[in-house]
Amino acid sequence: MVARRNAKVIKILVYTATVITFGVLLFLIGYILVKGIPHLSFSLFELEYTSENVSMFPAIINTLVMTVLSLVIAIPFGLFTAIYLVEYAKRDNRLVGIIRLTAETLAGIPSIVYGLFGLLFFVTYMGWGFSILAGSATLSIMILPLIMRTTEEALQSVPASLREASFGLGAGKLRTIFRIVVPSAMPGILAGIILAIGRIVGETAALIYTAGTVAKLPQGLFSSGRTLSVHMYTLSSEGFHTDEAYATAVVLLIIVLMINTISAIIAKRVTRT
Amino acid sequence: MRKYKEIIMQNIFLLAALATIVALLLICFFLFANGLPAIMGIGFKGFLLNTDWSPNDIPPSYGIFPMIIGSISITLGAIIVGVPIGILSAVFMAFYCPKGLYRILKPGTELLAGIPSVVYGFFGLAVLVPLVRNTFGGNGNSILTASILLGIMILPTIIAVSESSIRAVPNQYYEGALALGATHERAIFKTILPAAKSGVLASVVLGIGRAIGETMAVIMVAGNQARIPGSILKGIRTLTANIVLEMGYAVDMHRAALIATGMVLFLFILLINIAFHLLKRRSF
Repeated sequence: MVARRNAKVIKILVYTATVITFGVLLFLIGYILVKGIPHLSFSLFELEYTSENVSMFPAIINTLVMTVLSLVIAIPFGLFTAIYLVEYAKRDNRLVGIIRLTAETLAGIPSIVYGLFGLLFFVTYMGWGFSILAGSATLSIMILPLIMRTTEEALQSVPASLREASFGLGAGKLRTIFRIVVPSAMPGILAGIILAIGRIVGETAALIYTAGTVAKLPQGLFSSGRTLSVHMYTLSSEGFHTDEAYATAVVLLIIVLMINTISAIIAKRVTRT
Repeated sequence: MRKYKEIIMQNIFLLAALATIVALLLICFFLFANGLPAIMGIGFKGFLLNTDWSPNDIPPSYGIFPMIIGSISITLGAIIVGVPIGILSAVFMAFYCPKGLYRILKPGTELLAGIPSVVYGFFGLAVLVPLVRNTFGGNGNSILTASILLGIMILPTIIAVSESSIRAVPNQYYEGALALGATHERAIFKTILPAAKSGVLASVVLGIGRAIGETMAVIMVAGNQARIPGSILKGIRTLTANIVLEMGYAVDMHRAALIATGMVLFLFILLINIAFHLLKRRSF
């Protein structure tokens, strides 16, 4: 009898916890959408940011530029490192262990520490100032472990028989990697890159003191520019434009939803093949 | 010709791999080179254990003890809020969830992980702060509010890592328990969870890392007063918040003290990472 009752109590607790978890998720999304959608107006997407019309359009462009730039820096490093680890390094190579440990350490570092490093190294030491370039460089180090790990997993999942067949047909190692292995691993690599885009779009702490908070369209790589997340933080901390902050939150949420959906679809294709 | 190309590319791959190590070394070097002089100047004990942070006074005082207490207390709060809910949700995902529902809930947890921290912070500011203010009193920007918000934010981490370590437990454990007459619940909580203990603990440690490093969401709801609070309804400032709030205008010693704050945070994270690795190595 007691065992039965205990089992029931535990079952109720498990269900309650799950309802809380997903209830919070639904409530958060619903709350932001309900409060934000009415304030989404065309004037919020005008070219110029002014103190009367806090347009988020320049921030959207900055986010795009920063995302592309960070990926351009991080993808070659991530891809090449993964290729080295999977295709070249011997199993008992000590370097492999060190690189994995390094990547996992990098993955655990909080974004504000990346921001501090970016401020000390890119902004001050390299003399780039508060700039899109400094922000992108900082972010590229931040997403490197993510891209590396997902690419590594994708490369490992390519069956050895494909490589052997390629070698058997007389292809060299390099040709095998770029013509056979990487294309077969593409969906997994892409899913990782899309996750990295999500982290870039959501990042704030690493950018405030590297890319700065200027709310204008970028003039070049060395001009300061705020991304959408930074834009939202400044709006809400200034406190004058709460409605616009809600609207920005809606746009951010929609971007995150899209990113998650796309990466899920791609990941599903991976498991099917 | 082809052979040269092979060798050149192999070295390029190796160089790219080494760049990761260089990046970590650079981060360590720049943090320590800029932070250590401040700690030396202020004095190790004076910096870590002094309870007075007033960089603008004459003479200034740089004690980060209140911020260390701040980070630890809201992390503890987040663990109290997030860990039970997270582990129970992971149990649901692994043992109770129908397949069709799982296909909705799993992306749900990923979405929870993908929502930017500013959006969480804004949600906390708009919903949780008034809620705490009206229910418990105080002005709402408090340890309690920050703990609840962080507790929510670490849920996806705890659920994902716990769930995968629960699933890694061989099925025989569960079947064996049932064969001995245990109920479904008893089999899960007395057999599977103890077997998955290391992995579940690793998820908690990872959650601690997330909570202690979180910046923007905490700044928006924690009140940010740099003093040791009297109750959980009072505001508090974390190590992360201290850096963001004052870095914009800090110069000289003040700036160095903030970088040293980042250094202390970095060391905390390194310790947590080591603990995570030790735990992960022991799990299935």
